[in-house]
Amino acid sequence: MKRVQFSSASLPYLYLLPQLAIIVIFFYWPSVQAIQSSFYLEDPFGFSSTFVGLDNYTDVLESSSYAEIARFTVVFTLLVTFLSLSLALLFAVKADAVLKGSSSYKTLLMWVYAVAPPVAGLMGVMFFDMHIGPFLKFADAVGWDFRIGLDYFDTAFAMVVISVWKQIPYNFIFFLSGLQAIPKSLREAGAIDCRSGFRRFWTITLPLLAPTAFFLLIINMTYALFDTFGIVDVVVKDKAANNPITLVYKVYMDGFRGGDIGGSSAQSVILMAVVFVLTIFQFRFIERRVHYN
Amino acid sequence: MAYRKTVSSLVAAAALLGTSSASFAATDISWWHGMGGRNQEVINQIAEKFNASQDACNLTPLSKGTYEEALNSGIAAFRAGEQPNILQVFDAGAATIINAKGAVVPAEDLIKDAGHDFNREDFIEGVRYFYADSDGKFIGMPFNSSAPIMYINDEAIKKAGVEAPKTWEEFEEIAPKLKEAGYIPLVQSQLTWEFTENFFSRHDLQFATNNNGYDGVKGTRILVNTPEHKMMYSKLKDWNDEGYFGYYGAGWSDNQKPFEENQVAFWIGSSGSFGGLQKSAQMPFSATFLPYWNSVEGAGTNTFIGGAALFAFAGKPKEENDCTASFFQFLTSPEIQFFWHKSTGYVPITKAAYQLAKESGYYEETPQAEVGIEQLMLPGGEWSKGYRMGFYPQIREVMEREYNKIIAGETSVDDAMKTIEEEGNKMLERFAKTAG
Repeated sequence: MKRVQFSSASLPYLYLLPQLAIIVIFFYWPSVQAIQSSFYLEDPFGFSSTFVGLDNYTDVLESSSYAEIARFTVVFTLLVTFLSLSLALLFAVKADAVLKGSSSYKTLLMWVYAVAPPVAGLMGVMFFDMHIGPFLKFADAVGWDFRIGLDYFDTAFAMVVISVWKQIPYNFIFFLSGLQAIPKSLREAGAIDCRSGFRRFWTITLPLLAPTAFFLLIINMTYALFDTFGIVDVVVKDKAANNPITLVYKVYMDGFRGGDIGGSSAQSVILMAVVFVLTIFQFRFIERRVHYN
Repeated sequence: MAYRKTVSSLVAAAALLGTSSASFAATDISWWHGMGGRNQEVINQIAEKFNASQDACNLTPLSKGTYEEALNSGIAAFRAGEQPNILQVFDAGAATIINAKGAVVPAEDLIKDAGHDFNREDFIEGVRYFYADSDGKFIGMPFNSSAPIMYINDEAIKKAGVEAPKTWEEFEEIAPKLKEAGYIPLVQSQLTWEFTENFFSRHDLQFATNNNGYDGVKGTRILVNTPEHKMMYSKLKDWNDEGYFGYYGAGWSDNQKPFEENQVAFWIGSSGSFGGLQKSAQMPFSATFLPYWNSVEGAGTNTFIGGAALFAFAGKPKEENDCTASFFQFLTSPEIQFFWHKSTGYVPITKAAYQLAKESGYYEETPQAEVGIEQLMLPGGEWSKGYRMGFYPQIREVMEREYNKIIAGETSVDDAMKTIEEEGNKMLERFAKTAG
């Protein structure tokens, strides 16, 4: 076999091509299309499309319901990120310290990760269901008139709980492996120097876990912003009404159900910008404080 | 060798399979719809019956999920040039597809072009206008047609010693007795459809300017912010506060469930719910017309037709369109209409089918099944023919949001209706721009 044709300088590019093609076709191309159609007003069937400049953006940004959804998305993202990270860290530290039967604890904490988001949403919806949900009995007992689907706060509560529950195992796995990577000698030396377990955790374990935690912070924020779509969809049961929804769900509602391509594109461009800014912020300001070995 | 043998036998088997399922040179046509469960099964049965009845055409139905999903899959497919022959579009999406000039072949033209007779008078009064243009020409072929009716828990009214109400005034009188008897007097399953859209039809009130939107998209305004409509929602809120009206959010089945479980006296549902309810209700039940306010002058007219219609997409070859036409003919034949009516609870859409159902004695066994069609056949008014508003599914979403807020006490009826009016009109304007 001739090898000449493979040894040229373009060979590495050839190998890169599949990956690049995927990125271009599935990421850049749709993004460019979204940006383009955000400046147009189009009928759902695409027969006529009129250039409207920034009208779609001003319509979106002036709408009071959009501001409300944006506020909820921020609160939701912060809550889900904070709770799923802190609970997972707590579980990881505790599971790491268990001597007997530690693997069964770990397995029990991890299995949820295998549940697909819509299934997790369904399980959550059953748990909180207004007619048959076991949670309602508990809420009743403490005098909480829990009304999912009707009361804004109660629905938000259920969404946060389900989203956090779904994400904890993922974080748990990473934290646990991060903990196990900390050299034993270091911990022992720490244990000799300092009696307070909490202080040891704060000054030794946590800084060493920082790279893992930073990685997870980004992953969790994107999870809360985007991947919770399935959970939101199942909880609101196709009828958002006055229930809390996230910005991504609004894009879906307006574009894929309402047939308003222009308005929905403008919203997704706004989301792209938010993610862009968030990423820059994270890498410039937070990552500086993280020490990789 | 053994390998080669397997391959060749596989190829032979595949070839055999191919010929047997394609039944010679039959023209394939596709039908996308938004129905699941029992209704989907019945649709498949109808397709089988159609394929068995002739051999020129082969119809394949495909469920695309919910009504909204079916509409949007259809739109996406049309934009990609991969549209199915037939798409089921629900009532609220009618304006979207009918205003898209050139997206569909009007059902009436399609049937006539294929050489069949078509007579609008064959259809019952209530279904004639909703999917037609302002001249009355059928754009969509009405398919699963339903009406919002009131289901009655027979046990509850017996226990409370009351009669089922005809008007909301009567309901207000008996509600305390039903509550005393331990029942939630009233629940409903879709405020937008049952207490807004059909509030306008039942009371013969104008729902939108421009002749309810039929005369064009430019300048169409929604008329929800009116004294009568506001009164309805103030009453609902009061009833909810007093325990006469149970509300479980915007979801359909969450509200139907308490009725099935014998906790509720009256449930406003769809005439198409009848089939399912027969299996799920834990008590004997009957049905009657959607109540109205006697105090509103001219009230008591028929309701808009709910449900969905079938639209034939444009851009298909003549022989496929002819197949679609013969399927529409098949679908509106009395036997198939009666079969569909009996299996699902949706109303028969032609006079002949209704006649057949009557003659068969079906309504003597199950009088509840007749309520929907009787309601649609009530005398019509100027405003009970239909409405046509663009981006209406989105306007419905705004209504759902505001209505939930009213019941939850987060907003007043006045503010809610003002918001719906403002946001709704904004969407109508946007739609007018896109269609203009």
